[in-house]
Amino acid sequence: MDLGELDARKGFFKETLAGLWSLVVGLKVTGKYFFRPQITVHYPRRTVDNIPSFRGPIELISREEDPAKPKCGACSMCVSACPSGCFTVTKKRPPAPTPEEIAEQKEKEARGEKVKKKAAPKEPERFLYDYSLCSLCGTCVEACPSGALRFSASPYRAAFDRKELVFDLLADLAERAREDRNPPGTGKTTE
Amino acid sequence: MTETAPFFSDADLAGDFYTRRFQPGPSENTLILNMGPQHPSTHGVLRIVLEVDGEYIVRAEPVLGYLHRMHERMAEEKTYLQYLPNMGRVDYLHALAWNWAFVGAVERLAGIEVPERAEYIRVITTELNRVASHLVWWGAYLLDLGAFTPILYAFEDREWILDLLQTPTGARLTYSYFRPGGVAADIDKEFLKGAKDFAVHMRDRLKMYKDLVTDNIIFRKRLEGIGPISLDMCRRYGATGPVVRGSGLAYDVRRAEPYSVYDRFEFEIPTTGSGDAMGRYRVRMEELEQSLRIIEQAVDSIPEGEIRVKGAPKVKWKAPAGEAYFAVEGGRGKIGVHLVSDGSNRPYRCKLRAPGFSNMSLFGEIARGILLADAVAILGSLDLVIPEMDR
Repeated sequence: MDLGELDARKGFFKETLAGLWSLVVGLKVTGKYFFRPQITVHYPRRTVDNIPSFRGPIELISREEDPAKPKCGACSMCVSACPSGCFTVTKKRPPAPTPEEIAEQKEKEARGEKVKKKAAPKEPERFLYDYSLCSLCGTCVEACPSGALRFSASPYRAAFDRKELVFDLLADLAERAREDRNPPGTGKTTE
Repeated sequence: MTETAPFFSDADLAGDFYTRRFQPGPSENTLILNMGPQHPSTHGVLRIVLEVDGEYIVRAEPVLGYLHRMHERMAEEKTYLQYLPNMGRVDYLHALAWNWAFVGAVERLAGIEVPERAEYIRVITTELNRVASHLVWWGAYLLDLGAFTPILYAFEDREWILDLLQTPTGARLTYSYFRPGGVAADIDKEFLKGAKDFAVHMRDRLKMYKDLVTDNIIFRKRLEGIGPISLDMCRRYGATGPVVRGSGLAYDVRRAEPYSVYDRFEFEIPTTGSGDAMGRYRVRMEELEQSLRIIEQAVDSIPEGEIRVKGAPKVKWKAPAGEAYFAVEGGRGKIGVHLVSDGSNRPYRCKLRAPGFSNMSLFGEIARGILLADAVAILGSLDLVIPEMDR
């Protein structure tokens, strides 16, 4: 046996030993883990504890004096700000004049005075939000001049049909007011 | 009951446009094989048409476009602020870098100053995101190579980052957090403490990663000397990021064209001269360490103050006419956004430079003559994110 062959054999054994050793090291790491407590959460039975910081679907903020009424002034800034066209907002129409008021108006017209029509209340008649289009970017929340929008913190809004994802935010607000779970200001609603 | 037509009656068995155009080679012993678009190791809908002779690849041609969503065209249809959520979806793994590239271009176009605190917040969150991106790469790459356990460890650590980033950004993956002139929300003391704790924790884990994977003999034999990319090839294809650093050139946008406050931090640009898959692997592992260093320095020196400049663009904002280009260093390389404005509220043109596209383009050249099994090892070492390549 010449020296070259001996070296080659030595190298072979060395490499085999190094390979086996790296296996032992790897098994040590995974072995330690085997006896550690589980870190995953079994979802339906337990949930993670940081859901409140999640930015979920948009919701309306109520006025301080009336938890069923939104702060929204129906200015439609959110409609023009939204990149995906999630919102459909219609303003309330001016209230229909009573018979006395009509009579009064006619009288005024007869006298040649200017007739002032009743202004429309600054409130939304309808506030629809299509969650299936929303990318939760927050552009609407930042654009709203009256601060009437915020993110909720409910991650469980899956549906079988797209139509179920069109939320009526006014009805949602009324329901929250009824159930008395309507945190004021920027506090989020969780489920 | 009516007789139904056989399933393949209308199917074009001669192959589609790409396979027909892909001429068979001079030898009759080769086989044309489609790797993807649904292949577990291409991580998404990347398709590679291969001509194989036995186990050896004679030619390879990547076919793109399965995930093309017209992001550049969408920019022309939306206002500057409305385009922001798109940026989180170009590269889902390093979304904040894309956020930064776009808002950076808008700021350069309009000459908007960013408050110092916002710059620091951007640095901390982007570096955390980079660590998360590299962790996904690490786990998925080893999964490709046949090691299942590491991805579980990587995702355990990544979860830590996602929980941290969820507090200010509100999201876990497709962030839309930066705004022209600052960021959307402030970070609190808890976040800073969490980021620092994470850096300590992650250092410990990196040691474990080294023991478990980097020093493993099977892993090293699988990667060493595989897929060597020369610096010349990197130049020809415009490869950036860990690919060019793995080939020995210390090019990092954070140092080459310093933006934001990166010039205040001490960090190294890791390089290896080997240029093989192992070299790129080592560069990324070292980058994790460097990102942690930046996070620690930024957390220690973050100033108090505003997070968004007064007079930052609002809904009806119009950009001044002109052009601007802004580049940042993403997890995969140089991300560039070129904006052309005609003075209206929408970009006239928005060009997105994705590093993954250039990095992937060189695959066709290095794949010649390699084993099919090594192709997976090379593709993984390029760290491809398909939505970024297709845009």
